[in-house]
Amino acid sequence: MMPKFVVLWTDAVLWGAWAATLAYAWHVRRQPHLSASWRKVWRDGAAMSATVVLAFFMVVTLLDSLHFRRALPPAPGQAAGQVFHATRTESLLDVLLAGPASQQEATYSRPLSYQGFTRVSEEVAGEVKRVHPRLTYGGAHLRDPERQWLGDLAWRGGLGLAAGALAGALLLLAALPLARRQDAALRGVTTARALRRLLADRCELPWRAGWITAALLCLLAGLAVGLGSGYHVLGTDNLGDDVLYQALKSVRTAFVIGTMASVATLPFAIALGILAGWYRGWVDELIQYLYTVLSSVPNVLLIAACVLMVQVFLDKHPELFETGAERADLKIFMLCLILGLTGWAGLCRLLRGETLKLRELDYVQAATAFGVGSLRIMHRHILPNVVHLVLINTVLDFSALILYEAVLSYVGVGVDPSTNSFGGMINMGRDEMSRDPLVWWSFSAAFVFMVALVLAANLFADGVRDAFDPRARNLRPRLGPGRGGARRAGVKGEAA
Amino acid sequence: MLRYLLRRLAYGFTILLGVNLLTFVLFFQVNTPDDMARLNIGGKRVTPELIAKWKVERGYDKPMYWNQAREGSDKLTQTIFWERSVSLFALDFGRADSESAGDIGAEVAKRMAVSLQLALPVFLLQLIASTVFALVLVFFRGTRIDFWGVVLCVVMLSISALFYIVIGQYLFARVLKLVPVSGYAGGLTAAKFLILPVLLSLLSRLGTEARLYRAMMLEEIGKDYVRTARAKGLSEAIVLGRHVLRNALIPILTSAGGYLPYVFLGSLVFESFFAIPGLGSYVIDAISGQDFAIVRTMVFLGSLLYILSYILVDLAYSWVDPRVRLA
Repeated sequence: MMPKFVVLWTDAVLWGAWAATLAYAWHVRRQPHLSASWRKVWRDGAAMSATVVLAFFMVVTLLDSLHFRRALPPAPGQAAGQVFHATRTESLLDVLLAGPASQQEATYSRPLSYQGFTRVSEEVAGEVKRVHPRLTYGGAHLRDPERQWLGDLAWRGGLGLAAGALAGALLLLAALPLARRQDAALRGVTTARALRRLLADRCELPWRAGWITAALLCLLAGLAVGLGSGYHVLGTDNLGDDVLYQALKSVRTAFVIGTMASVATLPFAIALGILAGWYRGWVDELIQYLYTVLSSVPNVLLIAACVLMVQVFLDKHPELFETGAERADLKIFMLCLILGLTGWAGLCRLLRGETLKLRELDYVQAATAFGVGSLRIMHRHILPNVVHLVLINTVLDFSALILYEAVLSYVGVGVDPSTNSFGGMINMGRDEMSRDPLVWWSFSAAFVFMVALVLAANLFADGVRDAFDPRARNLRPRLGPGRGGARRAGVKGEAA
Repeated sequence: MLRYLLRRLAYGFTILLGVNLLTFVLFFQVNTPDDMARLNIGGKRVTPELIAKWKVERGYDKPMYWNQAREGSDKLTQTIFWERSVSLFALDFGRADSESAGDIGAEVAKRMAVSLQLALPVFLLQLIASTVFALVLVFFRGTRIDFWGVVLCVVMLSISALFYIVIGQYLFARVLKLVPVSGYAGGLTAAKFLILPVLLSLLSRLGTEARLYRAMMLEEIGKDYVRTARAKGLSEAIVLGRHVLRNALIPILTSAGGYLPYVFLGSLVFESFFAIPGLGSYVIDAISGQDFAIVRTMVFLGSLLYILSYILVDLAYSWVDPRVRLA
């Protein structure tokens, strides 16, 4: 029976964003100056590795963005041809992770454990004792857990690692043709030689760094799959849900907020910024007034006020959603719109300033002299020359928004409590860290996943900024004399 | 100078008008008091009588803009718009929506003092610590110390403040037992409760700030006056400390000035994690209790402080940089 596919608001946006990215990539390929800039981004090893990590998280997100509701088996007395669907909305990721997703334990359990974390009263050989109960799923296949456990872990883990290593090696072979097409140093030599050059990092782009990152991810994924076949890899939380599964689901929430909210700022920022800079006069005054009003309210407060209003709105309009998942999704969607509506001031100010500068340049003056219309000039001459600022701003916003989501969720104006998110995980972790004995795994999982995601986003953003904005501040470290190394050069000069 | 100040204040007032209008539209036009009452009472208990009672208690039963039933100036003043929007300019905030909370104005005055105790040390120490860290990085620029220092900054700024709080609380308060986990007491004992939040707040922003300040200093270091200073034989420490720092202080102050409103408003997250009864935790409680009156007031107060602190930053410019003329 066919499941019923559900397109949530955020799904549509994410797939739209993906399509837009592909379209942009197609556009970049045909524009030499753009492809040169992007090559410059990836010439930086950190940015290359960050791209790989982000791509991994992107795949997780997209897998988690294909939603459907399963068809229920026909009930007795149901008319032929009539199909009912489950109320639970699942995603493709849920299906792939069917094991961890469905294997709910009673409550807390340590990572890779076969027994519960808290003791319960159980009858052992006629006596009532306080013991750690066996888990329902984790390590349930072990007959004599105390002796078999370590060996079983090593066996499953080793198998997973081996599979991961194999995948990593295959990835290298799969990526080699791509690298050879893109890299002058790898073109026109034998495959073996190209491989040697790539592994020795003697090529134009840091393929080796990218591959090492990808291989590490493969190894980690292999290990997780291997161990996950019999255990809860990162333990379970107080409701007995798998922590790794939650962390992976949280990635989507972070991605949705990071992408959608930064995209939502664009229409206002671009349109108003360019209009203000181009027309000047009262248009400029008005737009400046608008963004000063918006930016003079502390952000969290403005967002809190808007989110409270959205809650009232959703309360009043229950007809907008069919299931709990759709309601939660609508809340994220609204949150992103709010973040977009409240967050466009910074970029708008930047674009206004840039437009003011650009409109005095010769080619714009020439276009005006030829009688080209205002709209056409803004579209053809101004917009393409500020796009790099938009791009840099968007990628910088991405990581900031992910961090912001956690704070907002903590404050209580973030995503729906039923949605998995890093903010929610940290919130839970806060109570768990004050328990004795300590429950550390949920918090640690949120920490590792979130830092990996944000760090990758930051490194990528730095790469993009450096490549696209030659006047950007020098935020990056550089070893050795040269750029900014005047002091060392001076000292050397004195010594000579 | 005075004319400049007056002009800025006048513009600030129009901005405040805009903010006030925005919040009024958001809270009373997008949603009606009836909706707020329904959400605030909550659940299935909502009846028209309850809603009416809720509205009367809070004065939301009055007409929106024009009270036809009253005489004289009361036609204007006995309305929701006057009581909830115009009177904010007289710093008359009215009462909170929830049953227990009382007059907002008194509460704000009390809590702002507490917020200041936490936020003022953070603001000053932040400025000092980040500048010093950045100076060290700039002094060792191009070396491994600089490289790994910036790497550390990037890692630190990728970690959410929430992580710093939870880990710091666990480490210093639970394991080492150096300070209480959370809470607050007046007087000198406050220091005991405030030292950990201050420290963690510093750490959580050090990466962002230090990296930015370093970049600002590097911009200055390529300029002619620095070369001149070196040419006359000044030592690197003096060049950095006396010449580069003073000029880099202008962009540094601008970026630090952005935090000034939060000095008065307090940090939402830090205050509520450490149970410090400042304005930040006031807002959090209001949000979780869905107290619209408090949130509305804080939006107004927040933008008022924001505008004032930006004028302060501009005044600070003319003090740091004699070339800046305020006119």
